[in-house]
Amino acid sequence: MSKQVLSLLQERFGAKILAVDSFRGDDEAHVAPEAWHEVALFLRDDPACAMDHFIDLTAVDYPEREPEQPRFDVLVFLRSLRKKHRIRLKTRVRDGQQLDSLTSVWAGANWTEREAFDLFGVRFKSHPDLRRILMYDEFVGHPLRKDYPIQKTQPLVAYREVGATKLPPFGADEGTPFARIDWLARMQGRNQQVSPAIAVQQGQQPALSIRREDTGPDAPLGQPVRPDQPGQPDQLGSKA
Amino acid sequence: MEPIYEHEEETALELPSEPMRLNMGPSHPAMHGTIKMQLELDGEVIRNIDIVPGYLHRGFEKSCERGTWTQCFPYVDRLNYVSPMLNNVGFALAVEKLIGIEVPERCKIYRVILGELARISDHLTCNAAGCMELGAFTPFLWFVKVRDWIYDILEQETGARITHSFGRIGGMAKPPTDKLKQAVRDIIPQVDKVLAEVSATLVRNRIFMDRCQGVGTLSQERALSLGVTGPMLRATGVDYDVRKAYPYSGYETYDFEIPIGHDGDTYDRFMVRMEEVRQSCRILEQAIERLPDEGPINVDDPRIILPEKDEVYTTIEATIAHFKIVMEGVKPPKGTVYSYTEGGNGELGFFIVSDGSGTPYRVRCRPPCFLNLKAAEDMIRGNMIADVVPIFGSVNMIGGECDR
Repeated sequence: MSKQVLSLLQERFGAKILAVDSFRGDDEAHVAPEAWHEVALFLRDDPACAMDHFIDLTAVDYPEREPEQPRFDVLVFLRSLRKKHRIRLKTRVRDGQQLDSLTSVWAGANWTEREAFDLFGVRFKSHPDLRRILMYDEFVGHPLRKDYPIQKTQPLVAYREVGATKLPPFGADEGTPFARIDWLARMQGRNQQVSPAIAVQQGQQPALSIRREDTGPDAPLGQPVRPDQPGQPDQLGSKA
Repeated sequence: MEPIYEHEEETALELPSEPMRLNMGPSHPAMHGTIKMQLELDGEVIRNIDIVPGYLHRGFEKSCERGTWTQCFPYVDRLNYVSPMLNNVGFALAVEKLIGIEVPERCKIYRVILGELARISDHLTCNAAGCMELGAFTPFLWFVKVRDWIYDILEQETGARITHSFGRIGGMAKPPTDKLKQAVRDIIPQVDKVLAEVSATLVRNRIFMDRCQGVGTLSQERALSLGVTGPMLRATGVDYDVRKAYPYSGYETYDFEIPIGHDGDTYDRFMVRMEEVRQSCRILEQAIERLPDEGPINVDDPRIILPEKDEVYTTIEATIAHFKIVMEGVKPPKGTVYSYTEGGNGELGFFIVSDGSGTPYRVRCRPPCFLNLKAAEDMIRGNMIADVVPIFGSVNMIGGECDR
């Protein structure tokens, strides 16, 4: 049935339909990007097609195709409720090239186009509200592009660099400190404010409520205690 | 008696009419799922709404692009974690369509049984949460009780209650256990019983009807244009169910019906799900009778299916086949397919692109609740703020699937 739709499209649009394909029974028409909106409108309104059910819109990235061919495939999946046939439209756009938005044809294209913009960076012309949808606003780049490394992280609160190691974004005096207090050590008279592992890495200053002499006679209050510095008390509070 | 404010100007009594901006979520007791709604309120009436999904985005599609095809199954489980078996089967069918194979009859029936069990648990969970949010806690407990028994069956079959990772390309991980038939025969009357109990207590309850009927309506044309599928679309009166319209796994041979609503309101969505549970029970009854005790469960192809463990240890051919599949993965031919099944919330599609290697080039999940959620904006607009909860509950947004 949808074979007829493909031949109908080829008759009607001629050279603007670049190719048709029916791999494994999925009918696909490759449309020139300038005819994208026009073909979509035709598919919806023509009584022989009647593609009134929007299914999906997505993109695929082929960076190796550049520069001879555009980088992105944008695909829209459609279905007719009455005739039960399905079709997939495909077009190719370059990075930064604007493609007509289908939001005015099917309302469901709104969020899916936002997703394609968010994850691939495909731009849609005359989209009413082209914002990020799955990623957060501060995110830089488009994660589903092939050149975006999968192990790259972009934490909202930056990691703190302490020597060669990375630490979680919260320090000992931030977040929920009660979870980090080493109560066992405190009860044994040691002076960590936090658990020893974090304290050693951070050069943690001792808890204020404990005997002052633990920090050394000359150490000012705010200065961190480092176990490797001579003249400073042991990090595990061996004096106590 | 004379009104106190008779001499006052009427306009002086009016409240300021500036719209108020209210954030609901992303962590809100009545939102099941982390999602934010920005509401523009005029008094208690919602003038405008912006739904902000994405708080559960874990990069499903990106993660799939670095393993083998088989390694996608655990990720797929975590899309719709209320009915993971349907996702497993959906993804397996997509890769099988790309390769061009068909699983044996016994596997098809087994998939139908497990899938319908998952569908029942999905619908029961959604309706249970819907009842509870409207104050009906007893039906919630009844529904969840039966759901737990269904999880027991799935645990007995797959070894895990929720994230089964049980589907395989070209079959299933294990053949059905010999206790399956009796377990399913036992559970069907229990499901019927709880449906009857809830029907008796809740669905004619005045409060429940007032809160649900005529609230959150969606028209047919709008639903189609928005790409709504599943129980939400059927509640508007469209009889679109992938199992009937484009049958897969032998669904055309089962005798069942598609329940539809006529108003597309919250009540219709609730009732459509209730009735679909009954229809799933009908399918289960037929499938249990058909399930053969003997026969292959996987396709007979050493390039796709792992050999038996004892053969791997004793024969060189099986060792090589095992090594090739584990190290290089199943290699579907180069091409793209879109395969779709009926998930818990609607058409669950997988658009997969293969470059001929053992790693997926692109796996796109068409998430039914992502598109359904967009329609929730239309349904909520114009209603009162208290109606957000039942309307949103009847959409059955599953964070894992919506945000992927």
